[in-house]
Amino acid sequence: MSALLQVKGVSKHFGGFAALSDVSIDIAEGERFGLIGPNGSGKTTLINCVSGALRNEAGQIIYQGKEVTRLPAYRRTRLGIARSFQIPRPFSSMSVLENLMVPLQYVVHRKETEARDEALAILKTTALADKAGTPSNRLSQVELRKLELARAMAARPRLLISDEAMAGLSGSEVDEVLKILFDLNASGITIIMIEHIMHAVMRFSQRVVCLDAGRIICEGAPAAIVANADVQRAYLGA
Amino acid sequence: MKFWASLVVVLALVVAAAFTVKNEFVFYAGYTVLLYVVLATAWNILGGYAGYVNFGTPAFFGLGAYTGAVLYKAFALPLGLQIAAAALMSGLLGLFAGALTLRLRGIFFAIATIALVVIMETAFINWRYAGGATGLQLLRPPPTAPFESYIKMLFVVMAAMALGAVALARYIQDSWIGRGLRAIRDSEEAAECSGVPTLRLKVFACTVSGALMGAAGAPMPMYLQYIEPSSTFNLNYAVGALASPMIGGTGHWLGPVIGALLLSSLQQYVTVTISNEMNVLVVGVLLVVFVVAAPEGILGLAKKVGARWKR
Repeated sequence: MSALLQVKGVSKHFGGFAALSDVSIDIAEGERFGLIGPNGSGKTTLINCVSGALRNEAGQIIYQGKEVTRLPAYRRTRLGIARSFQIPRPFSSMSVLENLMVPLQYVVHRKETEARDEALAILKTTALADKAGTPSNRLSQVELRKLELARAMAARPRLLISDEAMAGLSGSEVDEVLKILFDLNASGITIIMIEHIMHAVMRFSQRVVCLDAGRIICEGAPAAIVANADVQRAYLGA
Repeated sequence: MKFWASLVVVLALVVAAAFTVKNEFVFYAGYTVLLYVVLATAWNILGGYAGYVNFGTPAFFGLGAYTGAVLYKAFALPLGLQIAAAALMSGLLGLFAGALTLRLRGIFFAIATIALVVIMETAFINWRYAGGATGLQLLRPPPTAPFESYIKMLFVVMAAMALGAVALARYIQDSWIGRGLRAIRDSEEAAECSGVPTLRLKVFACTVSGALMGAAGAPMPMYLQYIEPSSTFNLNYAVGALASPMIGGTGHWLGPVIGALLLSSLQQYVTVTISNEMNVLVVGVLLVVFVVAAPEGILGLAKKVGARWKR
């Protein structure tokens, strides 16, 4: 198994608060990986360190065998690490199509017209094609979530980090987003899914890690995680 | 094509006016209006497109003015070279100040740019050769060949610079750079994660913006035949450069042009008919009215009205 991403002993503090302490995870090429944990357990902090939005104080982030710990976020995106945001952050002054043209121009260096065609193609796979010309500040919640994924896909990633892409969505909408992620994975993209909707993570992931208070408390197949006493305690209390 | 044709038409009108209109005051006032078109357009590249509010206009403008004055005093350089040197100096100031301060966000960046103005003013107050606090008197050379008076020549030069600035702003807006700057304004984190080198792009915008402001400042000592620090580094330049795009609309290159033409003409009118103090009040009142009633400026208002008409 060759690891696409290696997180080695990563720690991150905010003042006196240890958001992550000595977290190590290996993620294989093509894997569907689930990251769970109660609120404030450090999930988003961890992927902020992986995507470059935050710098970890200790430890290393190694991607495709190269250390990226000190690289700015845009360089990591260009290497193939893309992410969606937990709270959607659309480029609100732009149309849906233009939102996708930013990564297409800045990451894959497409010309204006090529970028337009490619953006449309991506919007089709995420069922947003009929919204292409809509200003992105007029989208519904589920459409915003899809736009987050579509924009991440436009960066042509090898590793896609989906940060609570399904929070607040209805059952059928969850299925819709899940299908998009399954399709992406089938096309060879490695996916890290952060999610609170348990049935979605458990159905999607081949392997799950549970964080609590900045530490890994359990790692394994979905079924084993659900049965684990530590995980149950973290979520439900003693 | 339409854009370039209208640029040529405007320039032709300006030149024609310079050779037919006799009243010198028209050019004296027109120069100031055009100066604000350049300053507002330049400000909008960083402040409007990227959303980084810059109060440092006087620092860039003033450095350009002093570059022109000092080069004229030392080597009697022709106006064209003064402008080029001023653009270079203020561009460098934009590059270094930007690299240092554009890591700051929102209000912190704005405060840093005010500090920049204070630093520049203090530096020139203490530079003897450039006239220190008392200033420097300068004698204009005779105007260059086809022009009969120096002020008409300056008017045409400023008009050419205004058109150049607008063409540059339009190019940036329509290119991938403009899209990147807008992404930064909308969400800097998302821009980074979409591969936009945010710091580099912001510094680029700050450099271009500063260079244009410096170029606009270079002819000022020749216009006034005098230069001194407190009026050169006056915060009124910052307010005017910021208010014009706010009033016209910050998203489009046309916004600052409309805003500057309107605001500056009104200010000139008020200065002549009422008083010099009143014209500052005009900016204040207009700015408040627009921020409250039309936050997207005249262009935003026009778009809304247009959309309603279609329905």
